[in-house]
Amino acid sequence: MTRPHDFGFDETAQILKDTARRLLQDHCAPEALHRLVAVSSEPARATEGVWDPSLWRKMVDLGWTAVAVPEHAGGFGMGLVAIAGLAEELGRAAVPSPLIATLCATYVAAACDSEAARQLLRRIASGLSVSLAGIDRRGSWEPEDTDVVVDEAGALQGTAWFVQDAGKVGALLVKAKSPRGVGLYLVEVDAPGVTMVPDAILDLTRDQAHVELRDVRDAQVLAEPGDGARVLVAAEPALLTIVAADMVGAAEWQLQTTAEYARTRVQFERPIGFFQAVKHPLVDMMVQIDAARSLVYDAACAFDHEPAAAEMCARMAKAAASDAAADVSGRSVQLHGGIGFTWECFIHIWFKRQKHNEVLFGDAAYQRARLADRLIGRIGETA
Amino acid sequence: MTTSAQSDSNEQAAFRAHCKAWLAGNLPPRPSFRLPLGPLEIATVEQLEYLCDWQKAAHAAGLVGCDYPREYGGGGLRDCQWIANHELKAAGAPFFPNIVGLGMAAPTIFHHGTEAQKRRLLPPLFSAEEIWCQGFSEPGAGSDLANVQAYAQRDGERWIVNGHKVWTTLAHFATWMILLCRTDRARKYEGMTYFVAPIRDGVGHGVAIRPLVKMTGELGFNEVFFEDYPIADDLRLDEPGRGWAVAMTTLLHERGAGPLVTPSSGGGVGDDGETTLGAAGLVELAKRSYRHGKPASDDPRLRDAIVQLLIRQRAFAQNERRAAVPALVDHPLRLPLQHKLTLSELLQDTARLACEIEGMAATLHQTDPNAPAGGRWPHAYMNSYGFTIAAGSNEVQRNILGERVLNLAKSK
Ligand SMILES: Cc1cc2nc3c(=O)[nH]c(=O)nc-3n(C[C@H](O)[C@H](O)[C@H](O)COP(=O)(O)OP(=O)(O)OC[C@H]3O[C@@H](n4cnc5c(N)ncnc54)[C@H](O)[C@@H]3O)c2cc1C
Repeated sequence: MTRPHDFGFDETAQILKDTARRLLQDHCAPEALHRLVAVSSEPARATEGVWDPSLWRKMVDLGWTAVAVPEHAGGFGMGLVAIAGLAEELGRAAVPSPLIATLCATYVAAACDSEAARQLLRRIASGLSVSLAGIDRRGSWEPEDTDVVVDEAGALQGTAWFVQDAGKVGALLVKAKSPRGVGLYLVEVDAPGVTMVPDAILDLTRDQAHVELRDVRDAQVLAEPGDGARVLVAAEPALLTIVAADMVGAAEWQLQTTAEYARTRVQFERPIGFFQAVKHPLVDMMVQIDAARSLVYDAACAFDHEPAAAEMCARMAKAAASDAAADVSGRSVQLHGGIGFTWECFIHIWFKRQKHNEVLFGDAAYQRARLADRLIGRIGETA
Repeated sequence: MTTSAQSDSNEQAAFRAHCKAWLAGNLPPRPSFRLPLGPLEIATVEQLEYLCDWQKAAHAAGLVGCDYPREYGGGGLRDCQWIANHELKAAGAPFFPNIVGLGMAAPTIFHHGTEAQKRRLLPPLFSAEEIWCQGFSEPGAGSDLANVQAYAQRDGERWIVNGHKVWTTLAHFATWMILLCRTDRARKYEGMTYFVAPIRDGVGHGVAIRPLVKMTGELGFNEVFFEDYPIADDLRLDEPGRGWAVAMTTLLHERGAGPLVTPSSGGGVGDDGETTLGAAGLVELAKRSYRHGKPASDDPRLRDAIVQLLIRQRAFAQNERRAAVPALVDHPLRLPLQHKLTLSELLQDTARLACEIEGMAATLHQTDPNAPAGGRWPHAYMNSYGFTIAAGSNEVQRNILGERVLNLAKSK
């Protein structure tokens, strides 16, 4: 397979990205976002997950749930490179929406090999939002790890933890174990036996829940028991890349906002950006973001064109983006001084989204440990 | 620019095939003597002659100066130098010695020189028949380059130069120097003029060159003293007082951010970001080294540090790739101006980690028969400070990025 020099980032990808930038500038500007998600600083507020369903309808009308769905299932079949461009814009605007979760679920469904999965993809293309319920209580999303089982009667029992944007989606893609191995199941959120228990989380731009499943009977089988792990491994590079792209977009907003502050805030008769203790950290933020951004497009392009390199590139992108997000977030608060430490200032919204994404699907050190196994060899087997 | 072959135009594809075919049969035999890590440390005449012969042959084959017009000794192609660089690196070719000429003098002469200057100066530069050096820095003008004090006094159709240049790489072998002088003491930035000076001919007639020894013990840079040294006015580049603007063209290319790709070989960076001193070498080194009686490659902290560098290395190559995709670039100088900063720090941190992996063996000098990897890592580590200091120190690079790209208040 060829590996296009321009990452395969074509005109359609650019149109999608530009459209997203404009729509979110108009409908999710920082002031509006702050009004929406940070109207109250009550800690309990975070459990609800506040969002703008009318904006979501616009996003669906623009086809954003369909962009990643293959053409044979009624979607636009765009490459991950285009989806990464879109995810960057979602992160830049820190928009609360079930789109990131749905894009991730789309790649999982696309890796399944069943009629039910193709049906699901069709529904996603026409606007269904879905979230992957694949993390266990300890926070592990390893393919074999889940606290949900399929009982002898074929019903789902147990709890799926850390489900992203669970309060916004219409269906869940549940990972469950049976004696034959891990399978993947489609569960409607309003199906009998499904109880959402919202988590109180820090990030104001999303919601999270654990989902209790009691005798959930009519789940559709998307991936047969024993095939689920293969599906998740195949989709994982896309998930890592999408989350990394969100972080890169958010980090660029943090950089530009902090640089603007450094250009305008005056102390000691000078804009603070004059001082190298401010200037150089801003440059280091930029350098880190650019490295992560290039790795995101590299990873997306590898997923589209060079499957053998996809996992490596995606882990590199997620590692670089997680580190960049952590450092950029810290500096964005520090370089704003006292105002940066207030609820009133916008930057804590991005800070919290970044801290959430930093650990989602594994932080930088986790990704590097996996990369070390691959590039150096497992401990004890290297020499 | 590094890339794969898939998006080559017809001209580029044909040129790439030519490079591959020529390189397959024409690499020089390994020399019987040690070559330095790079052109900045060429110390002996035999090293120089070996490397000049190589550059001359590569130029004759069309691999040097590919994107310059034919009448100036170039190849008359478009966007092909990076292909030659890529193939040269892939073939494991030795480096080109005329680094200041290729990377700094050539683009500057091309952009600011007269027709006669281009026709006279560029062909022997590409063929390495004439070596170039850069006379910018002075004892009092380093980071603050615009503080140059070497003074050129107009005297009819010539200029008389007095002053003291320092850190002048390759001056001991150079025929020519790009020379930045003050011609007006009343004005700082508008008071400089740029010359091309035939310093070889000047030795003993107003030019004196004294070698300086680097911390590695190697030679490579020099002090150059001018005493009533005359330069003909037709060796001036651009107008009197325009020296700073001309010097900016030089510096932009020196830092890898200029529009003309520098012909290079041996030391380039591949698709995966791998260099001759690249991080991939760390993996093999770790497998052969020991820590607490176990392979260093089993040590979790070293493994993490190695992978961090592998990621940075790949990111460097992917930045180069992305810089060529306008849709994914926010500011035209944002990635080019990071080139020298990120590459020099990557090389430095790689060499530093390699020494850590080597443990006690990192105490051994290149000349010790027991030194792992020929002792190149401790040497490369010391030498890496040359890159983080030269061509505008990395602190200055951060100032430039902050000011030019993020529009922060200027620190001068
Ligand atoms: C290997 C090597 C080869 C070289 N070859 C050449 C050559 O061929 N021709 C040539 O003309 N020059 C050459 N140079 C010189 C090089 O360009 C200068 O060394 C460099 O610009 C730094 O100047 P300086 O040495 O005077 O250090 P200084 O400018 O005195 O700097 C000392 C320290 O202060 C820091 N500093 C200075 N100003 C600032 C500031 N505004 N903000 C923050 N930090 C600051 C610097 O980063 C550095 O850490 C070479 C240097 C080296 C190391």
